[in-house]
Amino acid sequence: MQTAVRSSLPETEFTSRANFAPHARVVREERQGERQAQTTGLPLSIRGLRKSFGDNEVLRGIDLHIPAGQFVAIVGRSGCGKSTLLRLIAGLDKIDAGSISFGQDVQPEDIRVMFQEPRLLPWARVLANVEVGLGRDRALGDAHARAEKALTEVGLADKRDQWPSVLSGGQKQRVALGRALVSRPRVLAFDEPLGALDALTRISMQRLLERVWRDQGFTAILVTHDVAEAVALADRVLVIDEGRIAHDVTVNAGRPRQRGSAELAGLEGSILSHLLSADDRT
Amino acid sequence: MSLIDSVSLPRSFRLPRVDGLIQWIVPLAIIAIWQVASVTGFVPTRVLPAPSDVLLAGWKLLLSGELVRNIWVSFWRASIGFLIGGSIGFAFGLANGLSQLSAKLTDTTLQMVRNVPHLALIPLVILWFGIDESAKLFLVALGVFFPIYLNTLHGIRTVDPQLIEMGRIYGMSDGELFRRVIFPGALPSIFVGIRFALGIMWLTLIVAETIAASSGLGYMAMQAREFMLIDVVVLSILIYALLGKLADSASRVLERLTLSWHPAYWKR
Ligand SMILES: Nc1ncnc2c1ncn2[C@@H]1O[C@H](COP(=O)(O)OP(=O)(O)OP(=O)(O)O)[C@@H](O)[C@H]1O
Ligand SMILES: [Mg+2]
Repeated sequence: MQTAVRSSLPETEFTSRANFAPHARVVREERQGERQAQTTGLPLSIRGLRKSFGDNEVLRGIDLHIPAGQFVAIVGRSGCGKSTLLRLIAGLDKIDAGSISFGQDVQPEDIRVMFQEPRLLPWARVLANVEVGLGRDRALGDAHARAEKALTEVGLADKRDQWPSVLSGGQKQRVALGRALVSRPRVLAFDEPLGALDALTRISMQRLLERVWRDQGFTAILVTHDVAEAVALADRVLVIDEGRIAHDVTVNAGRPRQRGSAELAGLEGSILSHLLSADDRT
Repeated sequence: MSLIDSVSLPRSFRLPRVDGLIQWIVPLAIIAIWQVASVTGFVPTRVLPAPSDVLLAGWKLLLSGELVRNIWVSFWRASIGFLIGGSIGFAFGLANGLSQLSAKLTDTTLQMVRNVPHLALIPLVILWFGIDESAKLFLVALGVFFPIYLNTLHGIRTVDPQLIEMGRIYGMSDGELFRRVIFPGALPSIFVGIRFALGIMWLTLIVAETIAASSGLGYMAMQAREFMLIDVVVLSILIYALLGKLADSASRVLERLTLSWHPAYWKR
């Protein structure tokens, strides 16, 4: 009954992340009784990053430092290069110039990406799909147990033996999240993971994202079209324009955040006006 | 979990029995009408013998051992030819789907060969092999090759590239990527190829055995024609139909077993 313990914790009990993290750790150790090293986020330093496709200069010098464990949201017009930046961070594309460093050597399992499409294997059961996320550890004996734990974390333990095609869009995305989480990544990059979901499912997915991030302490980089989502989740919102970081906005509101509060609404308004002014110039 | 199991079980129990009966209603009705038409003399037995006569002829041939021997010979030719042509087609499909170099090297040639109807090669094949076993095997293998080659190639080329990227991101080796992503993704298309190939397999074999053989079902039919044994001719035709149906059913069962993840195979 591991889920029961977690979900019975009222989220409002915790007023800030500092308050939450040690508590969460205690809960986890009680639950599993295992001494797994607490995964921590990795810091990320990007210097003079450039990327072009042919004549199309997409990124024209990105300089950015993300401290370990921070939740960063990236917004910007369609086609401004958000996905490109994310793919470079995840090592999926080649860098033209500049550097991305994590302050130490990283394993492939340390960095994970989640896309707008769940990209589940239709011919593998839900549990096997989550096991894919273990990378090279798939062959180890505890693969099953770890995958089941990750499924429990995203609240889908009862769907372990289903085919992906019977799941709803939100459930598929949760399986994809479980697959990304199962290797205990230290950097998790999201490319509009909630873009295709309806409003209600979005909000519950946002809560889930926030919860696993607070539990596991990875560094989160979320690309989104939805400025409200950005200010609701992130410690910091970056606005990309003309291939550079045009604005770097810190969100100081405590957690859990009150959706639609005046403070967040004000921030959202000012970020939107940044975006719109960039749009007017073109 | 247990809840889902108990829900899906009764369905898989119930369906085959009902469906299995329904599909035989029409063939049985046709045979019944045919029997009546023959007995009443509406259809002269010189044109079409009654089903009971055909059955009787089959029984006699069965007792003499001739029927089993001929069916076995045809079945053996069909399977071996299918295996040879199918594996070569599958191998080329894999190679050309996975490697650009291999595709550039061989695809154009294969497409050119494909445009020659393989039955047009019969005179040449007889000159090469005589009416030997190898002539029939060669023709069947050639006929089976193309549907399997084309559909394997198509299946592999149309595997969702996003899934392949996902596999790479999650650190799958080339072999694992093939086993867990590319092959299962191509399988539905490969089965389409197999179903096509089975049809071509029987067609080729009938023609080849009718023209150039000294055993087999086609040969049995030709012999019977010479002695005006119309019931045996009809019998061979019916057996061909039955064998074709059998091969198709086998591939369906295989399909349903391996594609159980596919929503299209859930109902029915
Ligand atoms: N593989 C590629 N080849 C050529 N051009 C590309 C490629 N990937 C991206 N681009 C181009 O780079 C630019 C940025 O694309 P990118 O996908 O990063 O935008 P985005 O900010 O994620 O947009 P959206 O919000 O619509 O997802 C676009 O002009 C796009 O056409
Ligand atoms: Mg994008």
